[in-house]
This record gives sequence, C-alpha cells and structure tokens, in this order.
Amino acid sequence: MAHAYTPGLRVSDAATVRRERRLPLKGEVAAARGDAVRADQVVARCELPGEVQTVNLAARLSIDPARVPGSLLKPVGSDVTRDEPIAEGKSLFGLVKQRVTSPASGRLESVSSVTGQLILREPPIPVEINAYVDGTVHDVLPEEGVVVETRAAFLQGIFGVGGETGGDVTIAVQSPDQDLTAERLRPEHRGKVLVGGAHVSHAVLMLAREVGVAAVVVGGFDDRDLRELLGRDLGVAITGAEEIGLTLILTEGFGRIRMADRAWDLLRRFAGRRASVSGATQIRAGVMRPELLIPHGEPGRDAGAADQGLEPGSLLRVIREPHFGRIGRVTELPSELRELESGAMVRVLVVEFADDGSRAVIPRANVERIEP
Amino acid sequence: MEIDPSQIRSILATDCGSTTTKAILIEKRGEHFRLVVRGEAPTTVEAPFEDVTRGVLNAIREVEELAGRRLLDGENILAPQRGEDGVDLYLSTSSAGGGLQMMVSGLVLQMTGESAQRAALGAGAIVMDVIALNDGRRPHEKIRRLRQLRPDMILMSGGTDGGDVRRVAEMAEILVAADPKARLGAGYQLPVIYAGNRDAAPIVTECLGARTALSIVPNLRPTLERENLGPARDGIHELFMEHVMAHAPGYKKLMTWTPVPIMPTPGAVGLIIEQVARAEKRSVVGVDIGGATTDVFSVFQHAFNRTVSANLGMSYSVSNVMAEAGIANILRWVPFAVDEVELRNRIKNKMIRPTTIPQTLEDLVIEQAIAREALRLAFDQHRALAVGLKGVQTERTISDITQQTASGSTLVNLLELGLLIGSGGVLSHAPRRVQAALMMIDAFLPEGLTELAVDSIFMAPQLGVLSTVHPEAATQVFDRDCLIRLGSVLAPIGAGRSGQPCLTVEIAAEGRPGVDRRVPFGTLTLLPLPAEGIVRLTAAPERGFDLGLGRGRALETGIRGGAVGLIVDTRGRRPFALPDDPHARIERLREWNRALDLYAREV
Repeated sequence: MAHAYTPGLRVSDAATVRRERRLPLKGEVAAARGDAVRADQVVARCELPGEVQTVNLAARLSIDPARVPGSLLKPVGSDVTRDEPIAEGKSLFGLVKQRVTSPASGRLESVSSVTGQLILREPPIPVEINAYVDGTVHDVLPEEGVVVETRAAFLQGIFGVGGETGGDVTIAVQSPDQDLTAERLRPEHRGKVLVGGAHVSHAVLMLAREVGVAAVVVGGFDDRDLRELLGRDLGVAITGAEEIGLTLILTEGFGRIRMADRAWDLLRRFAGRRASVSGATQIRAGVMRPELLIPHGEPGRDAGAADQGLEPGSLLRVIREPHFGRIGRVTELPSELRELESGAMVRVLVVEFADDGSRAVIPRANVERIEP
Repeated sequence: MEIDPSQIRSILATDCGSTTTKAILIEKRGEHFRLVVRGEAPTTVEAPFEDVTRGVLNAIREVEELAGRRLLDGENILAPQRGEDGVDLYLSTSSAGGGLQMMVSGLVLQMTGESAQRAALGAGAIVMDVIALNDGRRPHEKIRRLRQLRPDMILMSGGTDGGDVRRVAEMAEILVAADPKARLGAGYQLPVIYAGNRDAAPIVTECLGARTALSIVPNLRPTLERENLGPARDGIHELFMEHVMAHAPGYKKLMTWTPVPIMPTPGAVGLIIEQVARAEKRSVVGVDIGGATTDVFSVFQHAFNRTVSANLGMSYSVSNVMAEAGIANILRWVPFAVDEVELRNRIKNKMIRPTTIPQTLEDLVIEQAIAREALRLAFDQHRALAVGLKGVQTERTISDITQQTASGSTLVNLLELGLLIGSGGVLSHAPRRVQAALMMIDAFLPEGLTELAVDSIFMAPQLGVLSTVHPEAATQVFDRDCLIRLGSVLAPIGAGRSGQPCLTVEIAAEGRPGVDRRVPFGTLTLLPLPAEGIVRLTAAPERGFDLGLGRGRALETGIRGGAVGLIVDTRGRRPFALPDDPHARIERLREWNRALDLYAREV
C-alpha cells in the first residue's frame, strides 16, 4: 500500500487554514465574502424547529378520531399559549362537555382524523454560529454559513475533549517534560489557553476549571482520569460536545508523555497571542483532530501535511510500545518482510534514536513521520 | 444485462471499504476458477479526492502490476477479455462512507420492530435505532431522535395484514413531524420503505408520499406467525443503489462500470455464508471482526441471520470493547500481571492511532485478549436477535410470540453448529493459526464437534456478489483460495474436577499411525491431523459428559483435516469458568498455551 505509515500531525508556524462554519439547518448568513471577522463574531443564524408535542384528542375527549378535526377551537396553523383551551367535545348524548388545554405554547401543526392525534409545535429555537477564528470570509455558503480563512500558527493534537473556545496562550511549566501541577495554577490564568508539559491529572484539571482556564494543552492524560472527567468510559472517539467547563487537548496521547519539541517550541514562540481552540476529535473515516490556531496574518512557507513517503534520513516518532514516543531517523528501509517478536511478518524500518544513538527495528505501521 | 457464466474466463472484483479498497483477479485455470492476485489502495470517498473510482483504479493498477497483464485502458476497465488483456466481468461491493445506515420502525418493539431490524441487518445495513410505539420514549422524544440521526434510509413496518390501521398512521405522523433528512446531502428526498399492514399503505402514502422517496413493498410480518423479509431486503438493496449510492462521491461512475448492482459489503458476505451452509448442509457461523465493527452471520435450521455490532472492533472501536466488556473480562485472558492504568492507556493509544500493530509478544497477547471479548460480545448480540420465526412458518400462539424477547428462543444452537468461520485482521493475520483457533473457541465456546476455518485474505464480499451471477466460480474460489481450514474443536458439555477422566479420543487416518488418547478434565489438547482429507474420529465421553448425543454416548464421525489439527477442549461447558484466583488463573492459561504451542515463548 502507498501509505503504510501514519502521516504525522501538523505543527506549522504559518499555515493558511480554512474552517467551514455551517448551520445545522438553512438560515441567514450574516457576513459577506471578503469581510474581516473576529472569532466571537456571529456569522450565521437560523431557527431550529421547536419541540413537538402530541396530544391524543380522541382519547382525551372520548370521541371518534373522525370527529377530532371538528373539535378544534382554533384552526390548524394558529398560535396557542400554554393552558389555553384548544379542543372541545361532547359525549354521553351531549351531556358531558370536555375541554383539552394546550400542554405548551406553540402552533397547532396538524390533526389526524385517522388517529385522533394533534401535533403541536413549540416555538423555534434560535441558533447562532460564530467565526471561531479571526480571519476573513473566504466564501459564503448561501443560507448555510461561511468559510473563514486565516493565516495562523497551527497545531494539531492527537485527542481532545470539550468544544470550541479561545484565549491567550500561556506557558505554565518550564520544560516539555514537566507536569502541570496544582501549584503552577494562578488566578491570572482565567480565560487563558494553558500549556502544561508531559501530563495533567484529573484533580489539577478540576482546579484549572475552578480558576476559569479556557483550555489546557498537555502531552498526555491518563484514561482513568478521562473516565472521571466524563463520568463514563469513552467508547468511541467522537468528542467535542462534552460540557466539562474547559477544553483539553493532548498533543501526544494517553499516559505521561513529554510534549514533542516541535509543539512545545511553537507554543512558546506564540505565548501571549490569542488562540482559537477546539477539542473536537473524530477517529473514523474522515478523521478530525483537535486543534489550536493562532492567527497572525504573517506570510511564510506552508509546511504541508507530512504525506510524502519515508526514506533514509526521514525524521520520525515511534507511536507504539516498546519505544513509544522516541524520536529518530530512518537508517534502513528493508523491502522484505521481517518477523517481529510477536511472530508477525511485516514491513519494517530501522531507526537510529536521537536520544542515545541506539538502533531498533520497528514496524512501519508504528511510526509517524515528523515534518523537518 | 444478462450474464452467461459459460462465457466468463476472468473476473475482476473490488470491495470499497471505509479505509481500503481491495481488488481481486479471478481466472479460469483448466476446469476451475482460481484467485490470481489481490491488490489494494486507500479508499478515496473522503476529501480531498471525493471520488470512489480513484481508489478503485489504484487498486486495479496494483493488480495489473502483480498479475503482469493489462486491465485498464486509461481510466476504463477493459471488458470483455481480448487475448491477455482485460476481463470478462467486473463487480463491486461497498461499505465506504460508513456503509448503509438505517433507522427502522415497527409498532411493537419485540414483534414488527424486531422483524424490521432483522430485515435491515440481513440486507447489510447498520441499524442506528429502532423506533416503536412501545419503546418507552414519548412521541416528542422519538421525533427528536429521528431528527438527530441522519439515516440513509428508513424501513417502516407495523401491523399484520388486515389489522388496525390507526397505529400505523400514528407512526407515519411521527415520521412526518420529524421530517428527517438524508445523511448524504440535504438536496434529495430521504428513501423510506414501507413494509407494514397493506391496508395502511394508502394512509402512509398520503402522509409520506410527497415528502419522502417512498417505496411500498409487501408486509414483512403479514401474520403474527409468519415473517417475510425477502421483499423488504430487496427493496433496501434497490434503494441503496438508486438513492444512497447514487449520491455518494464517484459512485454514479462506478455503477456504469459493472453490469451487476453494487452491494453493501455485509449483504454480500451474508450471501456467501448462506451458500456455504447450503453446500455443506450444516449450520454455519461466520464472524468478521474489523477495526470499527464486528459482523456475525449465521445459518441455523436453514434460517439466515446477520447482526452488526457497530462499535465493537479492534482499532477505532477498541476502547468501546473495554467499556462494554469491562477491564476485568479482558484481563482474564492475559497470562501475566498488567497494571490497570497502563492497560487503559495502551488501549486508548491504539484507539487514537488505529493503524498501529503489536510489536512485542505481550502486546499481541493483550490484543488477542481484547479480540476474544469483542467476539464474545458480538456473538451475544447475535444470539439475542437470531430468534425464532425466521424464514419458516412456525405455528405459535400469541403468548409464545410475546415471550419472544431478546433472551427468548434463540436459533443459535452451539451443539448444532458445524462450521465456524473467522475473518478480519486479528484472526486472518494471527502469527500462528492456532491463535486464531483458540480466540474463536474462547469467544464462542463451541460445544460438541465444530470445524474451524479462517478467511485468508477477506475476499468474502467480492465472492458474495459474484455468487449472484456465477455461483460456481464463487464457490470454487471460496473453497480453494479463500477459506483456510484449521481443523476442529471437540468440547464436551459438563463440568468436573480438574484431572478427572473426561474423554477418550481415537483418530484413524489412512497412511498415518492411529491416535488413542485419554483426555482428563480441565485441559486443552492438540492432536495433529493431516492438512487435507478426511479422518475417522471416535470420541467417547465419560459418564456426565455430553458430546451432543447424550451423556456418556460416543461420537463416531469423519472429520476434515486442517492447518491446526483437532483441539480437544475439556475445560468445561455450561459452565465454562476460569479460576477466580489470579495466580491460579495465570498458571492455568500458561498450561493451556503450552499445550497448544500458542506462542513462541512463555508469556
């Protein structure tokens, strides 16, 4: 196969990034092509149809369903308020008169002479979407939204939880192998995107939430802590809609893992600048990774996604045990299959590690290329 | 287009999966059809390509290179075959873009709801939800759910023919109020199939005719005692082609390349499993464990059933296996101590980097432990849905049917199971075949005598669709190139003390020394068999143990050889239990692993 290795996550000082901002249903677009927009600016709005209530008028009035349409006190399409009488019927030779009141405010949408059901639709729910990132409107999707383009420093994480937010990038540790601990948290971290090093625990994350931190970016986090954070075991990696009070982005993975130098260096260079952050992750076909965007409008070379093949000299990182997290360069790419300790015959490469110069044979599936 | 099987010399077939498009080339060599080569390329349904045919062409190009013959003329498949160039037939299946995702509805969850679910699953769909009048949700909750999920298609059932139409109308009104949108683009109408009470069809048409692409087929539950899923299944396949596939990127073009309708991948696998059961005249279970989902297919008492466990798999869904099975159930298969925090992190790291593979033996053992639990859970779900009333007319009283609950009378009878076929990377690519055999045994706990096999390179989908036009070619390739027979497992029902006499096994094979072995309770024993051919097996259980003929009664039969041999499993059935004490459990697992020579060294 052409792609026998995992393309690396993007880490770039300057990239042109476009983000589609689409309404869940058709509505109104509030920005024009070429407009400069701010992250918190509303760019489109719509109204979601209200909740639907069903009222079994035939049963409530003890009449035949065929007589239900005639029992309505207001025609279909009328607005009604909660507790307002909406239908009336007589039973027992006209001796007993019964009334049904509306369970909610809304509009009488339809009534059925087959089932005797009334459908009442509650008022619509307004929805607004913002630009998410400072930039310009690159394109308008008529009645649906816009595409915002920005020139920004761009960092993809491997996994995140929590939705879109933003704040100034603030470095809270001295080096990428330090943990974000309770004593490093300060009241002035309120509203910031806080960069830890190798690890954060659930307890510290909860303290960060109390302080009002907008987002935490760290190398690793324990799955046991993730369960505590979400209140359940995360089964499928589709995230972004959690309401947990802040957004968490992992740059490396689960466990205590030193943040990769390239991510750390980028975050340090842009400390103090405002970042737009999203924890949304979807690991399926059409993969989506969490991200941090720091718009700066400056030109520069776009580092493309690392999708070129591996060759001797390529810089890579091992992404599975037993050398998980280590960085090195390819020294050999044998074409024949080799037997692993597990007994499987697979395509491998030989890597020379940067930290101690030792060499190891690694399955090609277990490395990711790092952009030079 | 009419296809004349006698004119076909070569067949090219592709399966467009969510991540990989696989192509196989089949040629007639002498009297038989054989697999020549297989190629693959990444699927190109998603951005930036958004055209499935790119990946198909790339996979075919790999086949061209490997086979050393020309199959393409630019971007067209050369057909029919001329000299050494081109092929006589091209076919395809697809599960790209998440496969066929459906919602089904019925009036009573356990009756028409369940029948509709079986029809959709049997057609190869993933069932996102089953909506029924008695599903415990209030109407507005049902409406909200219908609106949230954007299915490819809805199958609406409900009521027996001639019954009350009001309840069906109520369901149709819920659908109208929800006004659900199709998954692929808002620009076309959502396909809806109505397969309920025929008397309600006019009302359903009135409600839904103008708002959806409505198709009406015969009732899938015409009477309480009868299920008729064929027309609904066919309707699903038709609408899948007409509406869903036609809107997926590049499929319009792909559809013009093949004279045979493109099938949902699991639907095609189901066809080949049904064919094997028919040909071998025995009950068959097939399981395909993928990265995201696990499909189980079964044929018991001539009734075919398929279930898909949408979130049980070895990469994308690996973390969900842990969530559903619980960490203790995974750890019970691991013959060494593992720190729970460490194991959790490892599993999550596999989920976020799904394409990685185990490098160390310990890592492989953990992965295979997870596979056992994924298979077990998927099989449990299958058992719950593969229940009576399927395909055959069964006379039952109303009370029998209302008792037909999820835990009710399953058709799955492990004693009757003749052949268990495993497929998917963790089984097909296990470094030792015996590892695949034991994973299936531990997960399914077969009883009596059961043959085991694995699908070598997962070409069942292509062979399934081929079976619709050329059954002979499909069967020949399946038998010779697809299926690897592993041997059999012999597992008596009963429990006892470890070491007590349990079973005497005799094997007589022509030209080989005979085997006569007394097997005590609580062990796994591997007895070699020839790779091919039939040998004579006599198995005599002790009193208190049953191989399916009654307690203490001997079984005499012919069994097929295989790559692994005969595994005699006297670890107990009904119940099967592992020691509670961790040290004793690890000791036991190591003993069993040694007996089967499961791994290259002790773990």
